[in-house]
Amino acid sequence: MYAKKQNKGMKKATPAETDKRYLFLEHTADAKFRAFGKTLEEAFGNAAVAMFSIMLSPEKIKPVLRREITAIGNDESALLYNFLEELLFLLDTEGFALREVRKIKIGKIKTGMKTSFALKASVSGDYARMYETHGDVKAITYNDMIVRKEDNRYMVQVVVDL
Amino acid sequence: MSDGNKGNEERRYVHEDGMGIELERLGPNAWRIPRKDGMRVPAVIYASEKLIQKIKEDKTLIQAQNVTHLKGIQKSCYVMPDAHQGYGFPIGGVAAFDIDEGVISPGGVGYDINCSVRLLRTDLSFKDFNKKKTELIRVLFDNVPCGVGRGSRTKFSKDQITELLGGGAQWVVKQGFGKKEDCVKTEENGKMDADPNEVSQRAMQRGLDQVGTLGAGNHFLEIQKIGTVFENNAAKVFGIDDDEKITVMIHCGSRGLGHQVASDFIKLMEDEYGFKDLPDRELICAPVQSSLGQRYLKAMAAAANFGFANKQMITHHVRESFNKVFGETDISVMYDICHNIAKIEDHIIDGVKKKVCVHRKGATRSLGPGRKEVPEQYRDIGQPIIIPGSMGTASYVLAGTKTAEEVSFSSTAHGAGRVSSRSKALHNIRGEDVKRRLEAQGIEVKSASWKTIAEEAPEVYKDIDEVIRVSKELGIGIPIVRLLPIGVIKG
Repeated sequence: MYAKKQNKGMKKATPAETDKRYLFLEHTADAKFRAFGKTLEEAFGNAAVAMFSIMLSPEKIKPVLRREITAIGNDESALLYNFLEELLFLLDTEGFALREVRKIKIGKIKTGMKTSFALKASVSGDYARMYETHGDVKAITYNDMIVRKEDNRYMVQVVVDL
Repeated sequence: MSDGNKGNEERRYVHEDGMGIELERLGPNAWRIPRKDGMRVPAVIYASEKLIQKIKEDKTLIQAQNVTHLKGIQKSCYVMPDAHQGYGFPIGGVAAFDIDEGVISPGGVGYDINCSVRLLRTDLSFKDFNKKKTELIRVLFDNVPCGVGRGSRTKFSKDQITELLGGGAQWVVKQGFGKKEDCVKTEENGKMDADPNEVSQRAMQRGLDQVGTLGAGNHFLEIQKIGTVFENNAAKVFGIDDDEKITVMIHCGSRGLGHQVASDFIKLMEDEYGFKDLPDRELICAPVQSSLGQRYLKAMAAAANFGFANKQMITHHVRESFNKVFGETDISVMYDICHNIAKIEDHIIDGVKKKVCVHRKGATRSLGPGRKEVPEQYRDIGQPIIIPGSMGTASYVLAGTKTAEEVSFSSTAHGAGRVSSRSKALHNIRGEDVKRRLEAQGIEVKSASWKTIAEEAPEVYKDIDEVIRVSKELGIGIPIVRLLPIGVIKG
């Protein structure tokens, strides 16, 4: 039943949307955004910036700290979820605020019959306490999550719990 | 009690909302989605005409309907007047499940486990307070860390956090940050029966530097004065009858630790049980009696203890701040209520007393007079219920009722409830304007950012007075006192 529901409303982005790295959609209580990229990697990276834009202004964060992130997932959605959660973990444990995802590589790993996805990323940023912050992201959710290729680009959609 | 879920009400009319959900009107403030298809019980929505219109605009009704599909659900899924769309369960959703046949769902508790409200009374008068208002707000803002990425002022080791997860607010008081009496006036005495070992290392790490921090978003610290007193005797018993006195309200939860516990168990339950039989992936759940169900309850309780401990530590920082600015000030806890929690409780179902697992997600417990769970001092009146308004609007203290035990598994509303998205607010509202407007009303706002002020502007929330009126008319909470904001700190 769930899969059927998820297919609803999967309409393609308008041309105006394609110029942006990410955009926010209407959601009463939480935050819903779409991020785009020429590659899946780029779309994931833009999703990370979109998530941090809920809490601060990523473009104002100085890229003085570097962190390496790894994540794995059974499918691309799970990979996206785990990648974003890893960034929330860095924020809560070290106060790390993201400026940008500098390098990111997504690949497949085979263990026996099972194929899963793995990600390695290098991110830059600074301590959040040095900047003006607003809002809070409590958790990533699978609610309305989309990861898909459309024409010549990738689009991901995420709802985060605020 | 003019309406409710009695089963034989006159059906005034039946109509369908935009999502094709059939809605029967049961009375001025009650509606029902009748049982059909996979629904095991009906869903009952407590809302006035005005509030139901807002509720229909998002996914609240379909989410309430989906909850009724879950195994072991009893009587009805109840939806409170301040409800809005949530994750799986609607915010403002109450559901009780048979503890042998039923389920426990992390989505029915929410990511912010034990998101809760504590009300402090002070012996400080409004007149004295006003002389140093700005100074106090500045000191509070410095003393209570808020916003994202700002850590605790008192650092605890991993071993200490483990003890805190078992001992809640009581443990914090034992470390010297508060009074024994603070816990007596807290739901569950500030400590639920938890197993810290069920909290993952990852969750633990996220909480390590967050004890005594407010967080951000809709969480706040508010200075108020006692406004209207509706019930003199009850207000006197609750110690909030003097309309010249200042109160302090703390609204926050279990921070990153609680969010991670929720995420961890959602994943574990998906792996173990899958979601293909559920109407919505986010209703992922486990049988209450399963190993995973029991583990979640123990982990949830540990996260709840973190939430209690967090507010206890903030209370300590509030006392420090008042003492610094005004000299020795007497500050005591009036009460502290949970509004994101699941509990095993006894309820009368079909005339028989039964143990059920009650989920309250964005709903407050409402226990009538005589209940042993209520502090002895308040027992004749009923449990105090604290319902915060939005920034700049009134908040309320209510008393729990026997009626709530009959019609809503002892629950009522938890706040004003959002009506407008944050992005829309940012687009239409300027934080500077909101601050100026509130200041003209004598309300001083201090926040880490203008954006937060815009996102949390009063107009993005439902009318709290209407929510309280409905609660009163239904008899699921009796208004005792209305509190007026005079200073607000937002993360």
